[in-house]
Amino acid sequence: MPLVSPEVFAKQELAAVQDYSILSWRAIINIFSGPRYWADIFTQMDSIGVGSMPIVVLTGFFTGCVLALQSATSLQAFGSVSLTGNLVALSMVKELGPVLTGLMVSGRNASGMASELGSMKVTEQIDAMRALGTDPVRKLVTPRLYATVFMLFFLTIVANAVGIAGGALVSVGMLGLNASSYFHNSYRALAYGDVVQGLTKPLFSGFIIATVGCYFGMNTKGGTQGVGRATTQAVVVSSVFIIIVDFIVSRAMIGIFGK
Amino acid sequence: MIETMPQEMTSSDVEQNGQHTGEREVVVSFEDVSIRFDEKQVLQNISFTVHRGETRIILGPAGGGKSVLMKLTNGLLRPDSGTIRVFGEDITAMSEKDLFLMRSRVGMVFQESALFDSLSVEENVAYRLNEEGVSEEEAHTRVVEALQFVELEQAIAKYPPELSGGMRRRVSIARAIISKPDLILYDSPTAGLDPITSTTIVDLVIKQRDVSHTTALLITHRMQDAFLLAMSRFNTETGEVERLTDGGIDDSTRFLVLNEGRVVFDGTTLELVRSTDPWLRDYLA
Repeated sequence: MPLVSPEVFAKQELAAVQDYSILSWRAIINIFSGPRYWADIFTQMDSIGVGSMPIVVLTGFFTGCVLALQSATSLQAFGSVSLTGNLVALSMVKELGPVLTGLMVSGRNASGMASELGSMKVTEQIDAMRALGTDPVRKLVTPRLYATVFMLFFLTIVANAVGIAGGALVSVGMLGLNASSYFHNSYRALAYGDVVQGLTKPLFSGFIIATVGCYFGMNTKGGTQGVGRATTQAVVVSSVFIIIVDFIVSRAMIGIFGK
Repeated sequence: MIETMPQEMTSSDVEQNGQHTGEREVVVSFEDVSIRFDEKQVLQNISFTVHRGETRIILGPAGGGKSVLMKLTNGLLRPDSGTIRVFGEDITAMSEKDLFLMRSRVGMVFQESALFDSLSVEENVAYRLNEEGVSEEEAHTRVVEALQFVELEQAIAKYPPELSGGMRRRVSIARAIISKPDLILYDSPTAGLDPITSTTIVDLVIKQRDVSHTTALLITHRMQDAFLLAMSRFNTETGEVERLTDGGIDDSTRFLVLNEGRVVFDGTTLELVRSTDPWLRDYLA
């Protein structure tokens, strides 16, 4: 990478933020006017949502298992092993479910979007689309954005449910806890604010995954090497953004709900 | 190649051509157009006009800004300065929405075909029709017609990765002509093809020119393709491309030569081969 002056660097970064903002804004507002590519939205929902199901289920399940195992060890010191269900449910629903689902989907789909759109960019398919009278943002970015936000919400619910089930399996099978008491404690631990917090996060994560993945894809330069670079950048940037935004949303929700 | 050009054509023919084109509607005009990418000046003060029915062949060394010029013509890029008019409208200040309307009258063949990999040949060719909401049956009929024109109707159900380079270019031409555009932009349609396949593609361009009389801009690196275009015609009776009799030159074919982002030649075939400019003579040789 050539060395550039701080001024040029700052200008480049500002221009990138501006381009990203414009792309995101256009992707959002396109749904409010025609033409709308519903078939593409459903195809993306299938690819992003159904396609990510196995990794989300596996991640959620084993996170729940390990969470039960680790919390039981710590709770044992205070004689409160029966509270394992509370800890697993709260951790999964408020934090680990949304964040891990976001990170897993980011690894799978932000990279997929960046490489697919990047390949289209370097082979002039994006230009061909424009030349044939189609707005590529409307056709390629908007369906991915809405499909990701919509499906990530439900994937997070699945991850939470499977995580709590995994915790139950470990608590009952390995720690000898009563299943009914585990689920009762889990249910009692969750307040309205916790669920709202946990289900608000995937909306932001979905937005980040789709817009970052598409932004790097649509701005790919430099042939196949550029596609590889765009893919890596998309995963790295979206993962970091997800964790930063997770912190901001958590703080905002604690401010609103007081916990 | 210069030696193969007819030297007996008189200058009055050239004047006649000039007068003829002067009366026709201007389809594309560039006025002092410049564009730079980062630190590199790609095009500098480019000015030329293309009239209705004209085929403008754009020649020049690689990296001279030819493809950029083509993208500027279709509004895919915007110049830093200057004015570009297409069908009489200034496209430099046009919104993207209005550009889509303008592009509905323009067909473009990309350098590497730019076919959509995930769509079949039929879906690729019918892409614009599907976007315009044309019925499935009508779209299918028109796709078959367009594929028959490029002699590739047997590949209708195939996908781009299954096609050879030449076949991909032919599908790309079919996609560009299906909406019967008023202007066709061919960005190096013969680049990377073997000589026989290149001739097939040039024959298709000649056929399109002589059957539809569509205004066209064509980039090529192959001098023989350029002169084949200038010296041949499509015979509608035999369905074959043949050399013009008595060493004739097609009136509607003109040349634009770019070098390092500047126009070094703008004129007729005869003016090009008679040019005394040392760089041009060297380039043509």
